[in-house]
Amino acid sequence: MQQTSMVNKTVRKPGKSKNMLPDRKMTPGMAIACFFLLIYFLLIAYPIFWLIMNSLKTYKEIYKNIWAMPQVPQWMNYVNAWNRGVSRYFLNSVLVTGATIVLTIFSAALGSYSLARFRFRGNQLVFMLCMGGMMLSPQVTLIPLYQIIRFLRIKNTYLAMIIPYSAYRIPMMIMLIRSFFLTIPKEMEESACLDGCSDFQIFVRIFLPMSKPILLTCCILIAYYAWNEFLFAMIFVDSESLKTIPTGLMNLRDALQTDWGTLLAGMTISALPLIILFFCMQKHFIRGMTAGAVKG
Amino acid sequence: MSKMTPYVYVLPCMLLLGIFVYIPLVANFYYSLFSFSALSPMKLFVGLQNFRTLFNDSVVGTALINNVWYCVISVAVQVFLALVIAALLEDRLLSRVSTVLRTTYFLPVLISMTVVALLFSFVYHPKIGLINAALKAFGMKNPPAWTGDPKTAIFSSIIMSQWHSTGYTTMLFIVTIQGISADLYEAAEIDGAGRLQRFFHITVPQVREMMFVTMVTTITGAFLVFNDVYILTQGGPGNASTTLAVYMYRNAFNLDKMGYASAIAVLMLIICMALALIQNKAFRSGKED
Repeated sequence: MQQTSMVNKTVRKPGKSKNMLPDRKMTPGMAIACFFLLIYFLLIAYPIFWLIMNSLKTYKEIYKNIWAMPQVPQWMNYVNAWNRGVSRYFLNSVLVTGATIVLTIFSAALGSYSLARFRFRGNQLVFMLCMGGMMLSPQVTLIPLYQIIRFLRIKNTYLAMIIPYSAYRIPMMIMLIRSFFLTIPKEMEESACLDGCSDFQIFVRIFLPMSKPILLTCCILIAYYAWNEFLFAMIFVDSESLKTIPTGLMNLRDALQTDWGTLLAGMTISALPLIILFFCMQKHFIRGMTAGAVKG
Repeated sequence: MSKMTPYVYVLPCMLLLGIFVYIPLVANFYYSLFSFSALSPMKLFVGLQNFRTLFNDSVVGTALINNVWYCVISVAVQVFLALVIAALLEDRLLSRVSTVLRTTYFLPVLISMTVVALLFSFVYHPKIGLINAALKAFGMKNPPAWTGDPKTAIFSSIIMSQWHSTGYTTMLFIVTIQGISADLYEAAEIDGAGRLQRFFHITVPQVREMMFVTMVTTITGAFLVFNDVYILTQGGPGNASTTLAVYMYRNAFNLDKMGYASAIAVLMLIICMALALIQNKAFRSGKED
């Protein structure tokens, strides 16, 4: 956007073109920079291209020549991967990610509502706890957390993933949702209150619908986290039937041994959902990632 | 509205935060003073013995050095190089290709570390791996074993980590640079400022805050790194590529030394807190002048 507007400006003001011109020309420094960017592009694009190409090869083809294209695309690799466990991991990932989104958004939005709308004793403390929570990472609380999960008898269940994921996402989500809630004008709720709305109804009928953009951003951030989470999933869940994609793929690697084509197909399937989500909602995705970084 | 209403609303998130974040945080300090195994209810109080062991443990030293390497290289690439890449992509000269480039650079960020590490096990494979196949094609007789060699294992993981994450910080810098007023650049251009001058006198000062943010997250991330190393090398060969988090995991869940693992977690927490404080101070004092 900005670039086009800048270009337009140079077109509109021909007096400036003299100063602008040098930057449209290729200088030696920029040529080197472009070459570097091209190399970087290849370093990223080639391995991804390689992954897809080799997921269509047989083991022999991969072993003999890792660089070659598949002779006959082995679509069966994808079917095999799906049947050898990826379908299960995929379903688990969808379940865990969905539940994490619901639990996190529900509790964070409700908490934000309380923080943004009410003055109460201890609200500063709640706010501080959330701020502090953003600084803490799961690694440093892992061992007591493991004991708590066992104590609550939820080890090796979906809940052992959903609840900790939620707990560690809540602080950032509260920061994002609260600051959005603060921008909702008081008049909105006052006019609603005339009709006799309760607090909770104001929350459900006014705050939630008005916050759709930020809630969508939050959903994406949570999905990104939950879909890829590895540490908790590995430690809190042992059953093959409950594994999500990140941990399931590790199993698949051990189970398949040298059936590399199938493994690569499984990896491709696993990477797809977030890539598709990214291309469908690029703006929200980038907004979310930026907001997440600044607040975190 | 009753007086209790706001408390009821914050209850769910406070419960989750309390039970699963703050209690474990406090309990971790307590645990670090004991020696115990995961499955037995018996805990033996050992005072500061775990920390004494920690300071004399050569593996902790190896892990720390690896974490420092992670930190240094990640800051150089994911903060400074990423900023340069972002500035280049926002240059008018590249406006036609910048969308394709930045989307491609961002792709690895979307792929989970498991997939990335499994992919890189093919890249680093000593016999048929992409790198060594290429090196052999160019006539190199004894290409490095990458993840199999104690000297290169940690760097294999660090390189993979840069491959995975640089696009993320690049994207953050791009968004920040796009927020800089175009007038600033135009004014500088009228004054005859070249690319480098504009970069150092406009872009860098304007992205200071984002640099600070990425710096803090990259540095803390480097001292907490687990997934990358664990999936690619399991900290091996031996303990050559272990990091604090991997070593903590190994002590807790392979060697069943829960108390000692907690002490390692305390060390990680202290390092991260100290680094965050130092950076916060440095950023504040830099802001005043």
